[in-house]
Amino acid sequence: MITALEVTPAWYLVLGAVLFSIGAFGLLIRRNPLVMFMCVELMLNAVTLTFVTFSRMLEDTGGQSIVVFVLVVAAAEVVVGLAIIVALLRKRPDATADDVALLEG
Amino acid sequence: MLDAVWLIPALPLAGFVLLLVFGRLLGDPGAGWLATAMAAASFVATVVVFFGLLGEAEEDRHFVQILFEWIPVGDLRVDVGFLADPLSITMALFVTGVGSLIHLYAIGYMHGDPDFPKFFVYMNLFIFSMLMLVLGNNLVLTFLGWEGVGACSYFLVSFWFTDEANAAAGKKAFITNRIGDWGFMLAIFLAFAAAGTVDYLELFQATEGLAAVTVTAIGALLFVGAVGKSAQIPLYIWLPDAMAGPTPVSALIHAATMVTAGVFLMTRVNPILAAGYDWVPDVIAWTGAITALVAATIAIAQNDIKKVLAYSTVSQLGYMFLAVGVGAYVAAIFHMVTHAFFKALLFLGAGSVIHGVGDEQDMRRMGGLRKYMPITAATFIVGWLSIAGVPPLSGFWSKDEILLSAWASPGAQGKVLWAIGLVTALITAFYMSRQVYLVFFGDERWKEGEEHAPIEAEAEAGAEPAPEAAGANPGDGHGGVHGEPHESPWIMTLPLVVLSVLAFVGGGLNLPFTEDMHFLQRWLEPVVGENELHIDVSTATKVGLAVVAVLAALVGIGAATMVYLRRRARAVEPAVLAHAYYFDETVSAFVAGPGTRSFDAVAWFDAHIIDGAVNGVAHVVAGAGRRLRSVQSGFVRSYALGVATGVVVVLGYFLTRITF
Amino acid sequence: MSVELFVFVVAGGACLAGAIGVVASTHPVHAALSLVGTLFGIAVLFVAQEANFLAAVQVIVYAGAIVVLFLFVIMLLGVDRADDLEVEPLIGQRVAAAIVSLGILALTFGAIASTGYEATGAVVGFDEDVPDINRLGESLFTTYLFAFEITSILLVIAIAGAVLMARHSRRSDEIVDPGQEERAEEIAERMEAAERRAHPELAIGNGHRRGDGEGADAGDAESEPEEVGR
Repeated sequence: MITALEVTPAWYLVLGAVLFSIGAFGLLIRRNPLVMFMCVELMLNAVTLTFVTFSRMLEDTGGQSIVVFVLVVAAAEVVVGLAIIVALLRKRPDATADDVALLEG
Repeated sequence: MLDAVWLIPALPLAGFVLLLVFGRLLGDPGAGWLATAMAAASFVATVVVFFGLLGEAEEDRHFVQILFEWIPVGDLRVDVGFLADPLSITMALFVTGVGSLIHLYAIGYMHGDPDFPKFFVYMNLFIFSMLMLVLGNNLVLTFLGWEGVGACSYFLVSFWFTDEANAAAGKKAFITNRIGDWGFMLAIFLAFAAAGTVDYLELFQATEGLAAVTVTAIGALLFVGAVGKSAQIPLYIWLPDAMAGPTPVSALIHAATMVTAGVFLMTRVNPILAAGYDWVPDVIAWTGAITALVAATIAIAQNDIKKVLAYSTVSQLGYMFLAVGVGAYVAAIFHMVTHAFFKALLFLGAGSVIHGVGDEQDMRRMGGLRKYMPITAATFIVGWLSIAGVPPLSGFWSKDEILLSAWASPGAQGKVLWAIGLVTALITAFYMSRQVYLVFFGDERWKEGEEHAPIEAEAEAGAEPAPEAAGANPGDGHGGVHGEPHESPWIMTLPLVVLSVLAFVGGGLNLPFTEDMHFLQRWLEPVVGENELHIDVSTATKVGLAVVAVLAALVGIGAATMVYLRRRARAVEPAVLAHAYYFDETVSAFVAGPGTRSFDAVAWFDAHIIDGAVNGVAHVVAGAGRRLRSVQSGFVRSYALGVATGVVVVLGYFLTRITF
Repeated sequence: MSVELFVFVVAGGACLAGAIGVVASTHPVHAALSLVGTLFGIAVLFVAQEANFLAAVQVIVYAGAIVVLFLFVIMLLGVDRADDLEVEPLIGQRVAAAIVSLGILALTFGAIASTGYEATGAVVGFDEDVPDINRLGESLFTTYLFAFEITSILLVIAIAGAVLMARHSRRSDEIVDPGQEERAEEIAERMEAAERRAHPELAIGNGHRRGDGEGADAGDAESEPEEVGR
């Protein structure tokens, strides 16, 4: 019975969706800024997986090219984001995301 | 010649502006001379236009001159334009003519008053407004003049406003007029809504196409306005109180011109009155008749020299409305003209008397003045005989014409109206004779210094007579005069003489003997001809009616002579008449009691419910804003939650657009 | 059982385990390591989809650089203290988060299912004989050349921004935050309330103030027997 099971590209898409939602959940739940960032990376990876899957399904290299760009942008984003976190946590090492609440109405 | 129409109101307007700016500089009497010159110049312009009209053929005697477009809004077009036709020029003639004479008189009467220039500012403004009223070619321009004269009446009645009572009188006049103005405004709105125009000529043409109900409504509402302005029952209460103003004001505004505006309006819109249901003219006639009778009875018991004349004015205006109601427009205008002459004469004469005895207005403290003020006495007597209806003076002809028209109007009600008019004529003769005897004949009661009669709230500060040998009492109304009464200066007696001549010969305007002598009737034919009452009585009846009227006048004079001159009979002056049937007190009690309560209720409604609704909307918005502010917590994760929720919503939306 | 199925199950399992580890780990270092697990799983899945070059790049850049960067920051700042996961200062956040993420999952799955698990786009087609890296290079340097150049500018900007943000700020740079005391107090109140909700059996008598830079955390010490490493 297991041998009859075939891995279609759709499985990869579903896996990507699951990873994405787990990452979203983590982003909303965690307070530590670094862990929140890691959840963002998780979401980005889910997206890259989806892109590559579509690239294979549609036989389009564009999907893989986009993954390269996503990688670059993720890297840049991590650099800047971590710089901000460094600046934030340097003063108050136990600050959480809830402490940066200056923009309140 | 006809193009000079615009000059007629423009000259008093120029006078107003010049006096506004330079009045203080010109001072006493310069400002007065300027004002009189402007009024006289306006009279000259009116005469020029009059001759211009005479030169036209009878059918062509209406000339419209449009100065500029005043209100062009959508379908509404209101111009500032003048309609020079026989009716308006007749009105303009006596407004400017009598007005000029009164201006001249006022120079002398107001001499020494600290606000001398201001008085003439208002007087010229008044003449301007009145001329706009009569010359306007549409309802809105007439209303402009209507309101203008109302405002000037307020200014001038409360001219000596430092006395509380005078200010109150001014307010009363304005507010009572306002009630009538409400009717006028509704009429304008209705006319525009129904006929699409407020221009007189266009409106008259459009009346054929309107429903009778609409036309009747317009006519009735205009009559409401007229009731307010012309002091008919029930809106007459302001006129006696308005005697608090200076006497020239009483003469000009409350005798000759402003109060006749109502009669003028009714005559001007006679096509509308004719096209409506019959009950409106009937109401007009009955209102006029009853007002005439009631006011005449009140005048019997008045002791203030000006109040008698005030009620007399109300009564004579009643006659004019009676004439309008039965369709005798020419008679109404005729009586209006003669009334302007003799009533202005009487008022100016009364002013002269007041001036001569040192600001005393109570007739019980006058008497025997004909020796000291001969010119005033003579002219006053001419006015007296005229108003009493003694031929050949003018008042007889005009009053007789009205009585004849009442008799000749269809149905039994005509006879009843005639009877009321006759009785009123008798009473008129009675109270006017009473006034003349009390003031100019009999004992010289002003010599009895210590008698303190109840002083009515008349103006005490004010015109200080020039310090003469008579020894004036500035602002002192108690007791008698210190020194003798004196005749007034020429500047005051000249208008009296001129007016007395006019009151004497004014009847010649419309003598009933032949068609040719019926000048006023032929003159006004183009304006009122179609709707004029046709008098189908025999000459014998006419003569009979005239004789009866003269007899009534003689009976009235005789009775007064018996009571007040010969002291053969006792004076009957019941308190109820002296207090004018307590009508004023009733109105005050109503307004103070239930009236104020209902006004308070309306004000409460406005403040809490209408304003509450508006404020409530604001509160709701503010409250919602306050609650919405809590969304801006500042927490990043809350915002992230919001974003994620939005993602879900958008995904869901797009999913619904996919067909499975 | 086919190879692909086996590979998928193992790699997919690694991904999922790593993802759950990231979300559920109390210690940031544990979370970072779980992330590495996920990244490796993703790389294996790339290979399974014949995107070999991308798998290599994924491992080198993501796991080898970005996660290392994370660990550097954690170690540098000494912020490796464990969070208290049972406390949630914002009321209702957890429930709402669960609903929202479930919603995203359901909708995305629905989108995938609605097309019959097929891709509905136009099949472009590529030459099977050319290796994927050649294809990728050609695509990058011809079709997407402009985007490629733009991303290089993006990197420069990121570097400049990072240098600016992370340097030691001078006195004049400091932002005066007048509401900081207030907010710190509000957070402290919310934390206390949340702790009371989460641990009703522990009566927390003394108030613990946060935000004064001392790092000692009474709330954590009672609930989590974790070492507070520095």
